[in-house]
Amino acid sequence: MRKVAIVGVGQSPFGRASDRGINELAWQAIKQALQDAGITQRDVGFVSVANVGGWSAEPLPAISVNEYAGLTGVGTYRVEAACASGSAALVTAANLVSSGAVDIALAVGVERMNESPTPTAVELIGRAGNYFWEFDMFGLTFPSYYALYATAYMNKYGATEEDLAKISVKNHFYASFNEYAAFRKRVTVDDVLKSRPVAWPLKLLDCSPITDGAAAVVLASEDVARKLTDTPVWIAGVGYGSDTSNLSKRPDFLTLRATRKAAAEAYKKAGVDPSKPVKSFDVVEVHDCFTIAEILAYEDLGFAAPGQGYMLAREGETYKGGLIPVNLDGGLKAKGHPIGATGVSMAAEITKQLRQEVPAERQADIVKGMGLAHNVGGTGHYTYVTIYSLQKPG
Amino acid sequence: MSTIPREELEKMVKSWLEMVEQITRSEGLPIVPDEKTGDPVWVDLRELRLKYLIPIARIRKFFDGLKEGKVYATRCPVQDVYFFPPQADCPYCMDENLEWVEIRGRGTLVTYTVVSVKPASYLHYPDYIIAIARMEEGFNVLCWMSVDDPSQLRIGMPVKLVVKRREPEGFFTYYLEPE
Repeated sequence: MRKVAIVGVGQSPFGRASDRGINELAWQAIKQALQDAGITQRDVGFVSVANVGGWSAEPLPAISVNEYAGLTGVGTYRVEAACASGSAALVTAANLVSSGAVDIALAVGVERMNESPTPTAVELIGRAGNYFWEFDMFGLTFPSYYALYATAYMNKYGATEEDLAKISVKNHFYASFNEYAAFRKRVTVDDVLKSRPVAWPLKLLDCSPITDGAAAVVLASEDVARKLTDTPVWIAGVGYGSDTSNLSKRPDFLTLRATRKAAAEAYKKAGVDPSKPVKSFDVVEVHDCFTIAEILAYEDLGFAAPGQGYMLAREGETYKGGLIPVNLDGGLKAKGHPIGATGVSMAAEITKQLRQEVPAERQADIVKGMGLAHNVGGTGHYTYVTIYSLQKPG
Repeated sequence: MSTIPREELEKMVKSWLEMVEQITRSEGLPIVPDEKTGDPVWVDLRELRLKYLIPIARIRKFFDGLKEGKVYATRCPVQDVYFFPPQADCPYCMDENLEWVEIRGRGTLVTYTVVSVKPASYLHYPDYIIAIARMEEGFNVLCWMSVDDPSQLRIGMPVKLVVKRREPEGFFTYYLEPE
């Protein structure tokens, strides 16, 4: 298997892109990524497009995005793994490069969620659990799935709504320095606690927003990467996991098993010590679709012991300079969560962090040269953990 | 969030569509300002109405049970595992000779939430409580919880499973209630 590196990244501003259609939005990210890599469309061997859709008019946008971006003729497909679609598109594209099928692949994530009214978007996201037994009968919404975890977690370990709010405060703080973020306004714990209930105990400011956005990364084989850049960002290891469709079929609501499995696999492949993974990373992106999800991620990725994740939030240990800096781009919470684009945007962010190209206020100290992206689809239905390194993996 | 009756919702949609029709007629194009940014957006000329037809032939017994006030799970006698929601095939022994077993109906509350921001197709219900209970048989059930005041709920409290009609539609479904 060949080594694969990211050699170009791009992304659109996240937010309400009422001035851009899905193809225009994707092109914003693709153009940046091609220019960043110093390549043209002719160099691209395959395009993997992440999009969940339903809320937007174009049902199968891989072809329309490629046509708009001057990529017609290239091998392509659309990839769906719910909110982890972006990572699924990136990983499948990387595997095409790794296998030798192509030398350069482009992974694109794009979502236009505001093409439908908010209640319709809420409906479609809610339908992404188990449709018949959870949505059709009982109207689960995405916040309510994670609220079921939050209630169980808080009751078992004594975490409070203030602890959850601190995740939101941190992620809004870093988003204020990110020109691509949907929300650049800082919030206080009080703002979060007083925001309107969405699915108790989760409130509006515990939730990632309905977002439009796109991101793209160029992946290249070792030979090609060396020619294109002095700072390739290598994929050092990928772990995969999944869990039951029906939430009720899981043994408890305190941990995402899919993340634990994916993390163990990624750590093994990248040579990360699973007993102390924080030692290996300068910066981490975790899937904070809801504040409780970031706390669960701390534990499931091994940054904190079970039941101790909320203490990292309480003590500010995931800010820059803490035990491990998490979501220095604002995360899904404040940067925004355009479903299909999220995983690709995480890869773009880690790449820029490792290359030390982000504004100083949110640039992590790059000492170890490694970062991690954790992307969850559904309520832990899918998880991808991807480890990136400035050092070529052994 | 408040309850919006379905007739009221349909009226709101209808009046919005009439506004778009008027604009199309007067301006010659279905272009309106985005409600938040004011950017011009094209209102889709077509509308898609989806209502799925979902096969239940192989789990028919479950629905017959609801009509009799019973909630059934399936159980594989070979593997000694329950399936709830029920399924017709055992993937572990590749057999379809599953037994239908009536759930005894006693359990404990594992977790819950109150849904305030509702999906479009649930706007006509009052805010609802979704709960998961562990039944004494060892599997979980997820459904709505009937209780007057959510602050009465405690994780670990005993609960029972009951069958009731959901209004305003009038279909039989299952609920949890405090024991």
